[in-house]
Amino acid sequence: MSVPTAEEIMTLVAARAVRDRQVCLVGDGLPAAAAHLARRLHAPTAVVVHESGAVDVRLRDDDPLTDSTVADRALTHLALGVLYEQWLQAGRVDLGFLGGAPGAQLDRYANIGSTVVGEYDEPTERLPGAGAAAEIAAWSGETVIVVRHRLRGFVEQVDFVTAVGHGTGPLDRGLLGLRGRGPARVITDLGVLEPDPQTAELVLTAVHPGVDVEQVRAETGWDLQVAPEVVTTPEPTDTELAALRTLHPAGTEESS
Amino acid sequence: MHAVSVRTVPKIVDLTTAVGELVHDGATVALEGVDQLVPYAAAHEIVRLRRRRLTLVRTASDQLTDQLVGAGCVDTLVFSHIAGPDGRPPARFLDALGHDWPAALRIEEHTHPAMAARYAAGAARVPFAVLRDTGTDLPQHTPTVATVRCPFTGSAVTAVAALVPDVTVVHAQRADRRGNVELRGPVGLQSDAVHAARASIVTVEEIVDDLEPAPGAVVVPGSVVTAVVAAPGGAAPSRVHGFYERDDAALQEWADVSADRDRLGTWLDALGGTS
Repeated sequence: MSVPTAEEIMTLVAARAVRDRQVCLVGDGLPAAAAHLARRLHAPTAVVVHESGAVDVRLRDDDPLTDSTVADRALTHLALGVLYEQWLQAGRVDLGFLGGAPGAQLDRYANIGSTVVGEYDEPTERLPGAGAAAEIAAWSGETVIVVRHRLRGFVEQVDFVTAVGHGTGPLDRGLLGLRGRGPARVITDLGVLEPDPQTAELVLTAVHPGVDVEQVRAETGWDLQVAPEVVTTPEPTDTELAALRTLHPAGTEESS
Repeated sequence: MHAVSVRTVPKIVDLTTAVGELVHDGATVALEGVDQLVPYAAAHEIVRLRRRRLTLVRTASDQLTDQLVGAGCVDTLVFSHIAGPDGRPPARFLDALGHDWPAALRIEEHTHPAMAARYAAGAARVPFAVLRDTGTDLPQHTPTVATVRCPFTGSAVTAVAALVPDVTVVHAQRADRRGNVELRGPVGLQSDAVHAARASIVTVEEIVDDLEPAPGAVVVPGSVVTAVVAAPGGAAPSRVHGFYERDDAALQEWADVSADRDRLGTWLDALGGTS
């Protein structure tokens, strides 16, 4: 088995966040791969709901992850209005994945800015916008954020709050009337950050193999707190990597 | 609110007739289809017919939006996400937004669930929809979002204005000769967008004598469809479940065209849309 890529490590760590029987809402790409990988490894009855409206997608063991297999293996396809209102808003999603749009910002309280960098009317960079991120962040039982760890995107405070993580501290979600625990962890290509239970500020709790703590701090735009005992992410096993690579075999079209 | 008008029998017409009669300069035109069933053929007809000053509603905006903006058809874009194949906003959109080229572009920005709720309210002919708050900064910049009090409990909720397009354009797998339409696979928010609009155009892969909808398919009855157009391949390069897959090479090719004003001109000439 060849050496795992950073993307594969992120996917595997994200998969480990999925628990059996959870209803997971995933976008295309890495979150979808993570949820389907979890079903193959340790969470066979996790219910995977795609942002396309495909509900309870049960890929077969040798199925690659493509638009076509997702559509074919879905129990049903919901109109998006139904998915958003009667599933997401109603609290039927246990775990929502949030990705990092290219250029997006993430801050020390795990708020996401994927609308603009700078001022809304005169942005220094225009980003893709919200999609359903604001609602996934606000209404899921908990969220996992998967994003590349770069100094440019890891900022003290996002310029524009597209999706609320922990606001400005531990009480904010309750004050805003948001559901659920909010971001439970942030998985990057360097390590894992989790909110401090007292302050809700992100703390580095794990680094991936070959990454050291100083490297992570150097790519973080605030004074990143570090857990007393930072664990090293276990190396992916051959079983995990093989399962992941059947989802993305060479030559198949990936969902993106 | 405008009442739902009495409908005539849907007409099976060609694309030029449908777009020519139903998409007018200055109109609010929704072209929907999230990643799949994207109505490219109809969009290109709008470019060819040189429609101008449109308010384009496209929730998950993409290269279709980029083409209409680049061609100078759009004056206001209503959307909740915009990205090309690399996940970033595409170049024609950025050029219009940042440099007023080929013309200034106004934006009205929402979230996907807010757009779906706006269509549902429009379809129901009520003035607004309500959603739970999310704490996003968007309401500070978007006048069609407001916080209101629930009249029964006093709790704060988000209100979004109903959306009633002059015409909604979607692509589907098939229709029968009476204009009943079948959409399969991921169905997006097309049915709500059609029901919300004053008129609708549905382009289809094929027209059949009798519709036999697959289990789980969404059927849009002909009574809410104004015009049906046979347009095989009309959603390419996006995906049509049961017919064809997404064409990544073609999408990348457009990204290259989009990156360059001169190449855009060549593309428009080839499409027959320059004025």
